[in-house]
Amino acid sequence: MILDQTTIWIVIVALAIGTFTLRFSFLGLVGRRPLPPWALRLLRYTPVAVIPGLMAPQIFLPLEGQSGPDPVRLAAVVVTLAVGVWTKNAIWAMLGGAATLTLLTLTLGA
Amino acid sequence: MSTDITPSSAFWQGVRNGGPFILIVAPFGLVFGVVAGEAGLDVWQTMAFSVAVIAGAAQLTALQLMTDQAPTIIVIITALAVNTRMAMYSASLTPHLGGASVWQRAAVAYLMVDQAYAVSILRYEQGPPLSPRAKLAFYFGVVFLICPTWYLGTLMGALVGSQIPDWVPIGAAVPIAFIALIGPMLRTLAHVAAAFVSVVVALGLAFLPYSLGLLIAALAAMVTGALVEVWTEKNRPVGGAS
Repeated sequence: MILDQTTIWIVIVALAIGTFTLRFSFLGLVGRRPLPPWALRLLRYTPVAVIPGLMAPQIFLPLEGQSGPDPVRLAAVVVTLAVGVWTKNAIWAMLGGAATLTLLTLTLGA
Repeated sequence: MSTDITPSSAFWQGVRNGGPFILIVAPFGLVFGVVAGEAGLDVWQTMAFSVAVIAGAAQLTALQLMTDQAPTIIVIITALAVNTRMAMYSASLTPHLGGASVWQRAAVAYLMVDQAYAVSILRYEQGPPLSPRAKLAFYFGVVFLICPTWYLGTLMGALVGSQIPDWVPIGAAVPIAFIALIGPMLRTLAHVAAAFVSVVVALGLAFLPYSLGLLIAALAAMVTGALVEVWTEKNRPVGGAS
């Protein structure tokens, strides 16, 4: 399927400008002015508020052609989270999750 | 005390902490390059897309909608909606990096990918405190390998095409990488409550278009975190440390 060349360039330029504007928004406008305490209180929870929600559909919703969540992926994520909470170290968590994923893919996938 | 760590050692610490993410970013870039090629973008267009936007999820969304013949304005609005979380990242980084010069802040903004944000904010919140200059250096260290890897991965995908075997579980690598960053952040009841609300609301509203569900989930989770924090502080015995 071949897309219209002008459309492709319009989309690339519009997304480049729009995405930069979103990323620059607060950093650019607020800068070094102090934020009010209530705003800081809310912002403290930004990572734990955005990333779990961003990942949840990929973890809990069925993949294409499956009827339930993918058990291998679910197990790997549970190990990742557990190791992360326990060691407080993201690298160990990632290694734990990757090891679980590899092990289960090799044993179940064959 | 916060001057112990020089900007240069903070930079290399950032490189080390961000480094493992190239294992995720490379295949993700590869996937985008392959999909873009299949949709009919040439190598230049594919590279322009990745270099100008550096946002994999939004780029894939835009491609998908374009191949579905969606109107151009819907393609743009939907892909930007996927990126609204960046405005939250921007707000969250402002207390740490807001003091930098406008050009430095523009560079931070351009390079603001999920991994850069998450690795940096985790470091700013835990470990020995960093000076504002060291925080900036750390951020640039984190993206030092990640962003070039995104460009290179895209290029490889655009050039090599669809030769990645199906059994490689690339898809599962993405949630593992991100959840690995969340585990160490679950320090208090408020953080756990916020993460829980984020997941439940995002799943419940997953049917909404334009990533609206994620936006609502994130806002609900931030309010939950703040409320639980206030509640915990009220119920803490006098003299408790924060």
